Amino acid sequence: MGGTSPCASCKLLRRRCAKDCIFAPYFPSDDPHKFSMVHKVFGASNVSKMLQELPIHQRGDAVSSLVYEANARVRDPVYGCVGAISYLQNQVSQLQMQLAVAQAEILCIQMQQEPNLPTQIMDQDERSLLLSTNFNNMPQYLSFASSSNVIQDPLKRESLWI
Amino acid sequence: MLTCGRYMASSSYSNSPCAACKFLRRKCMPDCIFAPYFPPEEPQKFANVHKIFGASNVSKLLNEVLPHQREDAVNSLAYEAEARIKDPVYGCVGAISVLQRHVLRLQKELEATNADLMRYACNDMPTSTTSSQFGRRMGHEGGSFGQSSGLYYSSPWNNEPYDQDSQERGGEGNM
Repeated sequence: MGGTSPCASCKLLRRRCAKDCIFAPYFPSDDPHKFSMVHKVFGASNVSKMLQELPIHQRGDAVSSLVYEANARVRDPVYGCVGAISYLQNQVSQLQMQLAVAQAEILCIQMQQEPNLPTQIMDQDERSLLLSTNFNNMPQYLSFASSSNVIQDPLKRESLWI
Repeated sequence: MLTCGRYMASSSYSNSPCAACKFLRRKCMPDCIFAPYFPPEEPQKFANVHKIFGASNVSKLLNEVLPHQREDAVNSLAYEAEARIKDPVYGCVGAISVLQRHVLRLQKELEATNADLMRYACNDMPTSTTSSQFGRRMGHEGGSFGQSSGLYYSSPWNNEPYDQDSQERGGEGNM
């Protein structure tokens, strides 16, 4: 076999690309931008250490996630992909609110159509309250605790998108 | 008074190096870029950030952002670093994938619920009232899917733009 082209990492770092180069499987020479982003944000030696600590079958996914994070950080130097997390948490909260409102309206209509629903669902006061609620005037954006059990609000702020 | 004076003296003339300079074993200068954001009582914060990003990358990044944005930048870096240490394969990108799938599920559920609501309402209410209710609820006011924000984030695993049309394509990651 003839001499192989150095991987994108070794090209950028201007070094010989060894046969066992840890970067070579994940940073092919035809995509130099990928490694340059990762190097800019994390640094080649940090990435190398991270990859060495992982079993080989997990390194591909690790590189993909590092590339994603690096690109997000270059695009948004202040928040990086934490901005995406806050945005998505906000979306989840809004959707949960909208879903709750829609479900409550269905229940309300059902109760109006079927006044003799079993009483164990709610007591008379709760039924009266639900039937008297005007859903058309509910605020569009209610403070709604996220039910996500994945992560807390990363920057301890309700929303980054005021 | 003595206690107050001593407190004031220690905060005004503190010789305590910041967590970054302590970690790096160097003199903490008055204009140290790390000092406002890495107090000595939070050593782990800098240790994590240093492990993942490296001190010089953090310093370059802080120099690139405006001073009033640096605190948020440091906190987001600290968050990402901690997430990466806890999950060396996916870091905080794992949380993005989970949240994107959650958003998709909620959107589908909301569509189904709105369809049910339409059926109930059509049986019960005049057509003009039904249309105005649905215009609001489907997000034509307020941008329920975040479209009014003008931002989108690609799915981590296929680089599709994260907008409403591509969510179904991008929502199922390979995690």
